[in-house]
Amino acid sequence: MAEQEAKNHSWGMAIDLDRCTGCEACVAACHAENNLPVSTPDSAAKGRTFHWIRVDRYYEGEFPDVKVKYMPVLCQQCDDAPCEPVCPVHATYQNAEGLNAQVYNRCVGTRYCANNCPYTVRFFNWFEPEWPEPLQLQHNPDVSIRPAGVIEKCTFCVQRIKRAKLDAMHDGRPLADGDVKPACVQSCPAEAMVFGDLNDPSSKVAALARSGRATRLMEELGTRPKVFYLERGA
Amino acid sequence: MATLAEIPHSDVRTDLWRPLSQFSVRYWTLVTLCSLTVAAALAAWGYQIYRGLGIAGYNRPVFWAFYETDFVFWIGISHAGTLISAILRLAGARWRKPVTRAAEAITVFCLMIGALIPLIHLGRVWRFYWLIPYPNERLIWPNFRSPLVWDMTAIFTYLTGSVLYLYLPLIPDLAELASHSRDWRRHLYRLLAIGWVGSDRQWHALEIAMKLMAGIVLCIAVSVHTVVSWDFSMAIVPMWHSTIFGPYFVVGAIFSGIAALVLVMAGLRHFLHLEEYLQPLHFDNLGKLLLLMSLLWFYFTMAEQLTVWYGNDPGEYAVFQSRIYGNFAPLFWTMVFCNFVLPFALLGIKRLRNITTIGICGVTVLIGMWIERFLIIVNPLRQPRLAAAWGTYAPTWVELLITGGTFAAMVLLYLIFVRIFPVIAIWEYNDAAHG
Repeated sequence: MAEQEAKNHSWGMAIDLDRCTGCEACVAACHAENNLPVSTPDSAAKGRTFHWIRVDRYYEGEFPDVKVKYMPVLCQQCDDAPCEPVCPVHATYQNAEGLNAQVYNRCVGTRYCANNCPYTVRFFNWFEPEWPEPLQLQHNPDVSIRPAGVIEKCTFCVQRIKRAKLDAMHDGRPLADGDVKPACVQSCPAEAMVFGDLNDPSSKVAALARSGRATRLMEELGTRPKVFYLERGA
Repeated sequence: MATLAEIPHSDVRTDLWRPLSQFSVRYWTLVTLCSLTVAAALAAWGYQIYRGLGIAGYNRPVFWAFYETDFVFWIGISHAGTLISAILRLAGARWRKPVTRAAEAITVFCLMIGALIPLIHLGRVWRFYWLIPYPNERLIWPNFRSPLVWDMTAIFTYLTGSVLYLYLPLIPDLAELASHSRDWRRHLYRLLAIGWVGSDRQWHALEIAMKLMAGIVLCIAVSVHTVVSWDFSMAIVPMWHSTIFGPYFVVGAIFSGIAALVLVMAGLRHFLHLEEYLQPLHFDNLGKLLLLMSLLWFYFTMAEQLTVWYGNDPGEYAVFQSRIYGNFAPLFWTMVFCNFVLPFALLGIKRLRNITTIGICGVTVLIGMWIERFLIIVNPLRQPRLAAAWGTYAPTWVELLITGGTFAAMVLLYLIFVRIFPVIAIWEYNDAAHG
């Protein structure tokens, strides 16, 4: 944990599974914010959809007495990310704020990282991205369009983190908890998601991560994820 | 074995030089067919570069499939040459004489094809040189922690070593050919013979060089396929992350290598009329070797499945059940039949072991070993740890064409080789020449 403390920030997220209704507003917001190509029935059938955040469904019980449980899964921004060491060209690496960064320009497209991600949250650009009219007019200018042949993934909306830091610097104040809100967090109507700095002990996300309800997805693999799932109540 | 030494040197020369000057219609037809297939495969690759990797059948989560299978397959077969010829050379087995060069040529050509496939699989092949550690003003190096960088290093080392290992024993033959041929061949042979006159000093140096290279390529060959296996076993994908993969891959590689060698030898024997040189004895010996590798392969396969079944880890068990009685079961059991059941019966029963049955086993083992690599790569990938991300995979025409192209390229390279170089070391039959 020493290296984590040396960082200025360690961005993390808490997702309350009791609050998640599975509405997928986070998925839609992420698409709009991060210039993700629109998925079509054809691309879905081929297993080539782009969802930096997806909502996994788990079914409990037998029909008709079925309970559906939802779990939003995005890049877990692991501190010991299995995707990083396998990249032959350093296209993916851990940045100074604990983000698992992907350098699109450096990526040569071996897709090894995507194989080695236990959460399967890395996406490959099989073709040049296309948008049906008029969606190409609503691109977010803060986010680059990824070319064919490279891997892409959730960035924790790094462009929003940068904007918030610049705004704070401009106003001459330290970055406050809640200043940064990734698109998924901002759009969640149930307020199931909380984003913040795990290095700041007074932040909401750090408190939730310390709470008895917090677990991490497949942490037994030693990946040290920075997304905390708050377990369901009994 | 003694019969080989009895063929007079002049006859050997006539027999083995004959293919260099005789061209049949059948030969040109085969060359044309293979060239067309290779051209079509290259065109498909060009189209894939132009459009994007999406025209192949890949998806999420199956990010690796056909090309990677081809890659492991061809690198595997490359173990035919070096390993077999180096082991036999170091062991001083006299029956190896007519076998070694044919085997070493397989190695070189398979490696050339195998080394090309990682380029075909890249998303942005025009940036492939970023994997090479070259000095640059930005001081950016490849990631030496990545198994892919180890892999590239290992394969280029192997290619360099095996080209030298093929070339060294060719030198005396090239010098002899240079003094007996005209036109462009004379220049080619003389250039490649690098001033060989057959003096005692040269023979002595050549013997030492060949022994040294045999030892070196033996070590490289074992390490190369271990490193290839690490592309998978270093990853934490269920059923990839396994300590058995290193030796398992080396055994599989030698297994498929011998199968390929048997087929090539049967082809040479038939088409170049080398019945006197490639005798039933050679096939019988290689058949026994193939049987031994089949048993070893079965032992490793069984050990892998048994430990996974007993361990009952959910991630691994999902893959296990799908290959034993799920979606991949037909492929798995075909593989077991091709690699173990059939060779065990045909090669294990002495009465059934002849050139035809050994050739049949060569074909089935190649099929079985291709399936083995496909199962190793695709089966775990399509069932990642989170069941919500499970997927499926089917190849498109692009992968099929390019895979077919690699086989055609192999045949084509071999066809060209046998018309330029004698496929059996002639000088080895001339005991007077080198004492």
